[in-house]
Amino acid sequence: MSDMLTAAFLSALISGGILAGMPLLFASLGETISERGGVLNIGLEGMMLMGGYTGFVVTLYSQSHWLGLLAGAGAGLITALLMVVFCVRLGLDQIVVGIAILIAAGGFTSVLQRAQFGTTYPRLDAMSAVEIPLFAKIPVIGPSLFAQPAIVYVGFALVAVLHWVLRSTNMGLNLRAAGEKPEALDAAGVSVTAVRSIAALSAGAFAGLGGAYMSIVGAGIFVPFMTHGAGFIGIVIAMLGRGRALWVVIGSLLFGMSVSLTTALQLVGITVPIDVVNMLPFVAVLVVLVIFARQAYLPAALGLPYKRGIR
Amino acid sequence: MATVVTDVVSTSRAVVRGASAAKAGTSARWAWLWSLGQAIGPILLALLVSAALLLALGKNPLTFYRDIVSQGLFNKGGIQDTAIRMAPLLLMASGLIVAFRANIWNIGGDGQFLLAAALVAGAGPPLIGALPNALAFVILCVTAVVVGGGWTVVPAYLKARYGLNEIITSLMMTFVGVNFANLLIKGPFRSTTTQVPQTDVIPFKELLPRIPGTRIHVGLVLALIAVFAVHYVMTRTAFGLKLRVLGANPRAAAHAGLSIPRLTIVGFMLSGAFMGLAAAVEVLGVWGYVRADWNPNFGLPLFALVFLARLNALAVIPLVGFYAVISMGGHFAARQAALPDDFMLMIVGLILLFMTLTEYLAGRSERGGYLSAGLKKALGKGGGDE
Repeated sequence: MSDMLTAAFLSALISGGILAGMPLLFASLGETISERGGVLNIGLEGMMLMGGYTGFVVTLYSQSHWLGLLAGAGAGLITALLMVVFCVRLGLDQIVVGIAILIAAGGFTSVLQRAQFGTTYPRLDAMSAVEIPLFAKIPVIGPSLFAQPAIVYVGFALVAVLHWVLRSTNMGLNLRAAGEKPEALDAAGVSVTAVRSIAALSAGAFAGLGGAYMSIVGAGIFVPFMTHGAGFIGIVIAMLGRGRALWVVIGSLLFGMSVSLTTALQLVGITVPIDVVNMLPFVAVLVVLVIFARQAYLPAALGLPYKRGIR
Repeated sequence: MATVVTDVVSTSRAVVRGASAAKAGTSARWAWLWSLGQAIGPILLALLVSAALLLALGKNPLTFYRDIVSQGLFNKGGIQDTAIRMAPLLLMASGLIVAFRANIWNIGGDGQFLLAAALVAGAGPPLIGALPNALAFVILCVTAVVVGGGWTVVPAYLKARYGLNEIITSLMMTFVGVNFANLLIKGPFRSTTTQVPQTDVIPFKELLPRIPGTRIHVGLVLALIAVFAVHYVMTRTAFGLKLRVLGANPRAAAHAGLSIPRLTIVGFMLSGAFMGLAAAVEVLGVWGYVRADWNPNFGLPLFALVFLARLNALAVIPLVGFYAVISMGGHFAARQAALPDDFMLMIVGLILLFMTLTEYLAGRSERGGYLSAGLKKALGKGGGDE
């Protein structure tokens, strides 16, 4: 195998990993915030679909990718309001509400898509790539890492911000307390409900952004149920990342690469059946879960609604 | 609309019978009405919100719901289709009840179902040709049961051994299972006689026998027997009690000397076995083959029904009947309105959502809810009885 082929292979692997990994990154960052705060968001995938559809429609009509991405995040946030009202405020079962959101959002976006576009799937223009001077000239990783749409850089910047917020600010500390020992947070005079509401809403916004990235930047079209389990992979990445933003990045990109591995393989002449392509990320998740089963960590009060005075 | 309401009322009456038997202790006259409202309320609210969406989309909700009921319930062929659809749904609901009662969240039913379906459809045509039909059916059903149950081993083991969340793992297994089933259908099981990738077809005459005078296959009878058996086992036997104790309070189960990992794995596999059996019944009774990329997605909507029935196997029967009407009639109504079948998925999601809300109201008035005390405790509900 010549050097050219290897370079092309690696380049395709990395850029494909970013393309497939960014939605996972956004979703799992959202889930990380939510889980840290003690809210298990099983409906993540539903919020991604809402963001994906809304972002797609807004981009289609406004011709602005940025407006679409913003609208996607907004749609995820609005969907997450259900989590806030039902789970954080009323203390209802997070799993059942999460599944309800998952089912309802999937059906809802599918119905809207058909009602609006029938059986046609309009395509968006690709979001233009922004080359970072000098870096983009590096062989192999240059074109794949530093010639991406600007939203990718925004995504990585968000990781840095989040890393800082979670580790070094009062907000991050409050969030952790809400997930580990909400009584302590309450005793310190901070509203558990408020902290958890913010956590759940951020999760929705991030998931919506991930879904919008998928439809606007990744695919350029919206197809019902196009997330195809990405939300759940996001949940697993968040679980394995143990609340640390940097681990979440590594996890997302690795899973993204496992998706793009097959496309990259096709470049070197190995064709893989589509079903294997679809199956691979989930096999990867299971293998990782089996190997690191003991390492997965979830906050102590995850999934438990907080009510003052009840232990 | 009126017909929908009467249907819902009759459905809910049966639910109430099941539910009130379960808590004869409270025996208040109003408890009856309360349970009725708790079952009807979420359904009505979901239908109302869906109607609002239909209006917003410029469709007539009355026509839509009338289409559902007239096709799914009052059409001679339609009601038989509805009954036929109930067979796999009842079996899968039984599987969910076994798991949920033991506090095992088996979300991966669709993968267990589809993989079993692929194997039955792959092995069915040659077996049915070579063996007497009855023997072939038994072998195929056993295969499906083993495949469905076997597909739960990984999530069951991970939960039992490491306490890993089975919602995630069983769902991952579903995605793997669905794609694996496709690989089988496009690969070793692929029929050489068709253009589209699918398995060989079992001739219509060789499918499961029909109930005389109808098109309904005996799988429905099997499913009903399974529901009653599950109800009996869960409420009247030591094994059922063990599963319920595990679900109600794992620590109490451990103190009582029960092996939690073993019970978890057995309960999980039993649940998967029902999913497999559902697949066998659907393939051998209705289709006779499986096409690549076929996935009826029976699993998710069933959660709503099983919870609405408060994990009571008998109460599931009318609710599954209701959903079968929605599902078969809805297919027709959706086509008339140029909407996808996923509209029904939305209705079910909304039912589930509103159900948690009625649950909240019920919890406030301390009349109990759809979750067992243990599930509540496990999920940290600050219920009245703690």
